Amino acid sequence: MANFAKANSVEEWLDQRLAIRTIRRVMSTEYWIPKNVNFLWAMGMILMVTFKLLLVSGIFLLMYYQPNVDTAFDSVNYTIMQDVAYGWLWRHVHAVGASVVFLIIYIHMFTGIYYGSYKKGRELIWISGMILFITFSGLAFSGYMLPWGQMSYWAGMVITNLFSAGSLELHGIVEWVRGDYVPGQAFLDRFFMQHVLLLPLGVLGAIGLHFAALRLPHVNNQDGEEINFEEEAAKYKAGKKKESKVMAFGNDFLSKDIFVLSVFLIFFFYLVFWHYGFALDPVNLDPADGLKTPAHIYPEWYFLWSYEILRPFPKDPGLIAFAFSQVILLLLPFLDRSPNVAPANRRGPFAIWFWVFLVDMIVLTAMGKLPPEGIFNTIGLVAAIVFILLWVALPFITKLEKRL
Amino acid sequence: MKELKILAVVVFFSLAVYILVEPIAHGVMHKTIDKQGFAYKDLPDVNKKGDATRGKDLVMGAGACTGCHSIEVAGIAPTMDALTASSSYGVVPPDLSIAGAIYDERFLHALIKNPAKALDVEHKFTPDSGKMHPMSSFGGAGGDIDQEIADMVAYLKSIAPDSASVTPTQAFENACGRCHEVRYTNWTQMGEKPKFKKERDSLIYDANVLDYQDNLKKYMGKLPPDLSMKYGARGEQFMSTFVENPQGLLHGTSMPRVGLNAESAEKTLQYLHDSYEPQAMREERDRTGLWVMGFLLILASVAYLWKREVWKDLH
Amino acid sequence: MENSRRGFMGKVLGVVAGVGAIGALYPMKRTWDPLPSVKAAGFTTVDLSELEEGVLAIEKWRGKPIFMLKKSAATVSAQTAEQTARDVVVDGQHYLIAIALCTHLGCIPAFSEAKKGFLCACHGGEFDISGIDTKAPPPSPLEIPPFKIAGSTVVLGETGPEYEKMKEAGVLA
Repeated sequence: MANFAKANSVEEWLDQRLAIRTIRRVMSTEYWIPKNVNFLWAMGMILMVTFKLLLVSGIFLLMYYQPNVDTAFDSVNYTIMQDVAYGWLWRHVHAVGASVVFLIIYIHMFTGIYYGSYKKGRELIWISGMILFITFSGLAFSGYMLPWGQMSYWAGMVITNLFSAGSLELHGIVEWVRGDYVPGQAFLDRFFMQHVLLLPLGVLGAIGLHFAALRLPHVNNQDGEEINFEEEAAKYKAGKKKESKVMAFGNDFLSKDIFVLSVFLIFFFYLVFWHYGFALDPVNLDPADGLKTPAHIYPEWYFLWSYEILRPFPKDPGLIAFAFSQVILLLLPFLDRSPNVAPANRRGPFAIWFWVFLVDMIVLTAMGKLPPEGIFNTIGLVAAIVFILLWVALPFITKLEKRL
Repeated sequence: MKELKILAVVVFFSLAVYILVEPIAHGVMHKTIDKQGFAYKDLPDVNKKGDATRGKDLVMGAGACTGCHSIEVAGIAPTMDALTASSSYGVVPPDLSIAGAIYDERFLHALIKNPAKALDVEHKFTPDSGKMHPMSSFGGAGGDIDQEIADMVAYLKSIAPDSASVTPTQAFENACGRCHEVRYTNWTQMGEKPKFKKERDSLIYDANVLDYQDNLKKYMGKLPPDLSMKYGARGEQFMSTFVENPQGLLHGTSMPRVGLNAESAEKTLQYLHDSYEPQAMREERDRTGLWVMGFLLILASVAYLWKREVWKDLH
Repeated sequence: MENSRRGFMGKVLGVVAGVGAIGALYPMKRTWDPLPSVKAAGFTTVDLSELEEGVLAIEKWRGKPIFMLKKSAATVSAQTAEQTARDVVVDGQHYLIAIALCTHLGCIPAFSEAKKGFLCACHGGEFDISGIDTKAPPPSPLEIPPFKIAGSTVVLGETGPEYEKMKEAGVLA
């Protein structure tokens, strides 16, 4: 047993037992961040806080939600929204949070793609991030089932049907996934379980991996410059803060993080109180009815681009294209063959690739929501083909890229 | 400044996505029609001054209104209970006590003359269908029919309360409540469900409502939906124009045009808004929102000052 | 400049954030409160004229069992003043109305015709016909719920003048 001297303060007492000073040094005061970053580097912190908002609001919703096909709808729309004190607040925070978390994830992803933050030792950051994205998608989908409205029911019907794998007609799998022939009580219960336990655990695990993957390669910077962190940290510690290219996470970077975060929160709570309609789809305010499909069904906005890759093709090719779109982003670090870590705009053809990709994603998103008729169909088809071509072309474009 | 430029790019693309998937996509998906201010311009304007005394005799006359309608304020009770009435007519004929206050005058006139036309449900009662609207047209009492109808309308207006004193609940019950239930306000097609001490009595009440709904289903083709959440599910614009002109938004629907005047329509919509989001909740939301915004503005300012303080040493 | 870590604005920010955290506790606390619909349902109306003399009836109020016993004239005349003080009197008839939970640890005592009282099986506590504890461990008589007399009915959950009087006399529990 180690020798414990009498502690002179609570901090010292805790330090003897939990090494909190070491933890603080490693995680904060000597965790080095390049100075050459902008507010986009604060998206991780914003995501963390949004996740916490979802967690806290979710806890309060869970206290009154009833996972039963007969009572789920009213427990959400009446009990929580009208009877429970501040129930509406938790519901709005949860609904808006679920939408906004994806907006920030997309911004975070495109930031990573733009600055090449997935290469040279940072591959696992990207991959763990994509795992987080997929887990969040599962959370969003399973959560969408819970109010048991028309959109819940029909989204559940359509998405679980994907498991029949087109012409393979694996209906047994679909029934296994649902626990029923159609979405019913068993279906609601298992998605409830996934939403409140399984997937949140998955997210917590994936966040751990994401942070761990960041530790050794350090975060990227605006110019993709390779920084000698030991040398720069030594300068900082020697008191030459101004000359050093790095700063400490706490409190240097943290102070900016918190400022960006509080601006974000103004935007977030504006949506919560006065502009929440986009997050509470009107179709889902009608209770589930297995005998009547709504005139328009569409996923939440963050799934629209992949939905649109499925939609314009015939059944089997559509499913293949959809599967392609789901896994291809995961492979980005290996499809980008260029050794350059730099902002896309300095990377020649990749710059064009980046902006075309971004615009294509937005076009796919818009077409995914618009009814599949006339010109929208054609635009959607073209955008889906462009998406596939972009990813097929990526290795070649980047292979030809000049070394910076 | 570079960061502001980056922010502008982020905001631009985020807004583009928002505008495309929300206002634009919803605009394409849901057709809207213009509000007409509950004026019922397609119905003829009747410029006749009615005489309430003569109207009373006509309303109470043999084979006229009171054969089917009750008028509680005039002491005329319903001829049968709600369930029996629904099996005879499909739906309970409304009590006429406040009809003169909540329905548009031009509409009332047209309704008495030709119900199916005024209610805009002629497509359901074509000669081919063999069906007749349960309310029969007023054939006249031998004189100038328009004058006679004007008299009847004048009578209904004379017994009705001042239109300003009609409550949202009254307007809703008269206009919508005999066909639609509203779970969240405890309203059934047969009225507000009372509290029962015995489970059995409660079940009997529910069974009666189910029977009523069956009659209603036969009459309307399908059961009219619960309206608890409809204001949220369809939005103010849809609800307002749908109440005013159901055929304009949903061609072929068996929902009649109910003929509310503008004032009562507004109250009905208020009732539906409250069943979806009670006013107290909306007020609490705004109040809480202002507190949170005030706090966050202070937080952001202090955070900015702290950042400046810390970063002084860095650059 | 090591002191930047503990700079003045940093402290101010900490205070502001702390105020926000405390503010956030308010809606959280309110969400845990019993629902308005639960509170609105916290009233039970019982028609006393339906009770049979000497037969114990058990009603339910706010989820708890309530003893209701119509006492015979003989029982009343044999009572002490202390016992009678706890009777609810409607139209000259005396009733025992009390929450049927032992004041020791909340078990339901059983009515004993022979003993003219209540026995709690959990720990052997006993109460007399007016719910007064006669044998330990219960520390106090069976609690009388708030009531209001309206005609021949009694509304549990509301307080009437008779209840207030008992409260002043200190015989509620």
